[in-house]
Amino acid sequence: MARTTSRDAQALFQSLRSAYTATPTSLKIIDLYVVFAVFTAIIQVVYMAIVGSFPFNSFLSGVLSCVGTAVLAVCLRIQVNKENKEFKDLPPERAFADFVLCNLVLHLVIMNFLG
Amino acid sequence: MADGESSKEATARTLRNAFGNVLSFFILLLIGVLAFSIRLFSVIKYESVIHEFDPYFNYRVTQFLTKNGIYDFWNWFDDRTWYPLGRVIGGTVYPGLTLTAGTLWWLLNSLNIPLSVETVCVFTAPIFSAFASWATYLLTKEVKGTGAGLTAAVLLAMVPSYISRSVAGSYDNEAVAIFALIFTFYLYIKTLNTGSLFYATLNALAYFYMVCSWGGYTFIINLIPMHVLLCIVTGRYSSRLYIAYAPLVVLGTLLAALVPVVGFNAVMTSEHFASFLVFIIIHVVALVYHVKGNLSPRMFKVAVTLVVSVGLVVCCAMIAVLIALVASSPTKGWSGRSLSLLDPTYASKYIPIIASVSEHQPPTWPSYFMDINVLAFLVPAGIIACFLPLSDASSFVVLYIVTSVYFSGVMVRLMLVLAPAACIMSGIALSEAFNVLTRSIKFQLPGSSGTSQSRDTSLNADGEQNDRAKTEKMDETVKERPSKKNRKKEKEPVEKASIRSRIERRLLVLPLEASVIAIILLVLLGAFYVVHCVWAAAEAYSAPSIVLTTYSRDGGLHVFDDFREAYAWLSHNTEVDDKVASWWDYGYQTTAMANRTVIVDNNTWNNTHIATVGTAMSSPEKAAWEIFNSLDVKYVLVVFGGLVGYPSDDINKFLWMVRIGGGVFPHIKEPDYLRDGQYRIDSQATPTMLNCLMYKLSYYRFVETDGKAFDRVRQTEIGKKYFKLTHFEEVFTTHHWMVRIYKLKPPKNRIRGKTKKSKLKASSTSSSKRSATGKRNPWH
Repeated sequence: MARTTSRDAQALFQSLRSAYTATPTSLKIIDLYVVFAVFTAIIQVVYMAIVGSFPFNSFLSGVLSCVGTAVLAVCLRIQVNKENKEFKDLPPERAFADFVLCNLVLHLVIMNFLG
Repeated sequence: MADGESSKEATARTLRNAFGNVLSFFILLLIGVLAFSIRLFSVIKYESVIHEFDPYFNYRVTQFLTKNGIYDFWNWFDDRTWYPLGRVIGGTVYPGLTLTAGTLWWLLNSLNIPLSVETVCVFTAPIFSAFASWATYLLTKEVKGTGAGLTAAVLLAMVPSYISRSVAGSYDNEAVAIFALIFTFYLYIKTLNTGSLFYATLNALAYFYMVCSWGGYTFIINLIPMHVLLCIVTGRYSSRLYIAYAPLVVLGTLLAALVPVVGFNAVMTSEHFASFLVFIIIHVVALVYHVKGNLSPRMFKVAVTLVVSVGLVVCCAMIAVLIALVASSPTKGWSGRSLSLLDPTYASKYIPIIASVSEHQPPTWPSYFMDINVLAFLVPAGIIACFLPLSDASSFVVLYIVTSVYFSGVMVRLMLVLAPAACIMSGIALSEAFNVLTRSIKFQLPGSSGTSQSRDTSLNADGEQNDRAKTEKMDETVKERPSKKNRKKEKEPVEKASIRSRIERRLLVLPLEASVIAIILLVLLGAFYVVHCVWAAAEAYSAPSIVLTTYSRDGGLHVFDDFREAYAWLSHNTEVDDKVASWWDYGYQTTAMANRTVIVDNNTWNNTHIATVGTAMSSPEKAAWEIFNSLDVKYVLVVFGGLVGYPSDDINKFLWMVRIGGGVFPHIKEPDYLRDGQYRIDSQATPTMLNCLMYKLSYYRFVETDGKAFDRVRQTEIGKKYFKLTHFEEVFTTHHWMVRIYKLKPPKNRIRGKTKKSKLKASSTSSSKRSATGKRNPWH
């Protein structure tokens, strides 16, 4: 039983990897960006758990900035993904422009929480 | 043949589309004019004044804003209310309405249009109701097409429930908040339909405006997650849903935290936790769908078994953490008003101050008919129409109406949230009904035997319909148009569909006579609605409540302007720093109109302070004098309607004063004021009642008016007619005795120990000797 699960898991990772190698480089870059943002958010949450959330505005803006960045990047990834049939008629330039606008708003708000 | 015909059809269609767009633009313009002008009855029948209570506060804040600028506004500490505590206005007020009107005023002035702040405030609500009906058009258009949109917009423009809160002069948060609510929903649906990040950004900004405007924003931040959850559960998840929801939560939370009155509550209170939970869920679901798309079904099954076992543990841990977080916050993180929404009996059990406000009571059945009229009957049809076919957008609207019906059943003031939903649903229902009926007429007209010739006959039907429409009034035109529009819209997908669907449509045809009669009946229904709405706007909801009018028997108009008389007296005859005590209802008006410091006002944030005033009002004279003196009060203001029959006076509110006072100071007991459970002020009233300050201040010298002291509100002669005031002196009583102002007598210079007490006794016995009923004084 245990061997079959481990073999299954191996096969699973194999197929996941093969599926992922097929994705275009631009999407991979976005993925890296998302992972980085999430990682930063996790570091902040861990820091908060250890040290405490005293300047709560800093904590809130820091974490939500990372989460927001990640979310927006995921949205961008969804929109520029060629395999996604729903966004066929949305040019990637337009998607990127929306992404930039949304990030602008996000970080304008974040700036209000600084200090 | 098919090619030539299709190209000709295409040009005809674009032409008709262009024509329809222009027409719908003008219809929308007219709807805006209608929404604006139907709310002007109050200005025409009365005058251009701010209405009621809360608007006066908003007006005062706006005045401050326009005079001192935005930075002073945020830092404004108001020492004119809640004496001696004061109130931080900038941090406790929803600034949306004030900022909107302030910007409007600033804009107009910079264009050299010199309007006063009051005028701008008076007309803010009608302007925004026009915006709200346009937003309704957009929202319904996203759900069911242009036709339904126009119908819903015209319904919303004159729905009585919304009129009641947005007549000219009703300068309250709801006036702009309903627009913000509908517009946020529209942008959410738009994002959901297009999957554009641009609209998601706009959606977050609209949500920000809503948070600025009204505490009802929690409705949005709970309804949208509910809808997302519904979509996920019913298997309608799409990446568009992700784009519509995830950025909204992050941006919306951050933006909401920017508003001082919300602040970190946006992440700390349970009202917002649902959105975070769904935020996590949608990420899990998005990941699952993403992985599923990349894997073969067999591999996916393996992955599921692998992940579920790990995921369950993580989920349990997460839920445990969440529950711990919620449980650790006071009142489980819910504010009193929200709790009374979930548990309708909560307020009456624990918070009399919330229960005492009449707009927080559950509505009665007639109020549904009064406020949404025929829409109540059209809503079920609209719900059915939303299910054929069910889309993401229409499921959202269904969820909206279901939740808002619940909330309106809890609190009468939330009828306002129901009204747009009911309008959208009825718009959809009416439009679908016209769609079906006109189509059946079209199919049954002579000469339209074939299915391929439907295009020509539709033109015929359009022409015929137009003729009929022109004979009707404007609103019927609006209602007829939608049906055509909708049909056109619906035709595009139909063309792509197979002939089978066309045959199905053929089968749905109703008999000609029946459909003609049904159309006439529907138009009649619409006419009834219009008549009712105009009546409601003109008669029921336009009274500003600071100016009252009655018609005398010979038809003459009689105006009671006692409130402003009293406030003007206060502002002219008292010192600037004098404190005026009254029940909290009149606090906002006193600060705004008389510019005097008040003890409590309509922002009921400090229950103890209100209870102190309630206790003073329900105590005998001496105790009340001591309480008021300790609060530095110079004048006491009571509202009395007994002479002219004004029912919402202080005597009728008095039991709430007793209840609220007794909630904090237990020596005030409600049964002391009731005779056998009945609240009465005639000779059967309890001695406690007859000796309390409120009774005395209301009925002092009342017997001098008609000799019998007959109270027209309670329809009875009062219990104790002749008495003297020892610690208060009457300084002003308005023309119709509606507002009476008393001054606290200064304390005696010389206090004589025993002799003072005996003198008091003597004076009280002498007063009781003179009183007709000869009641004994229970305080000795």
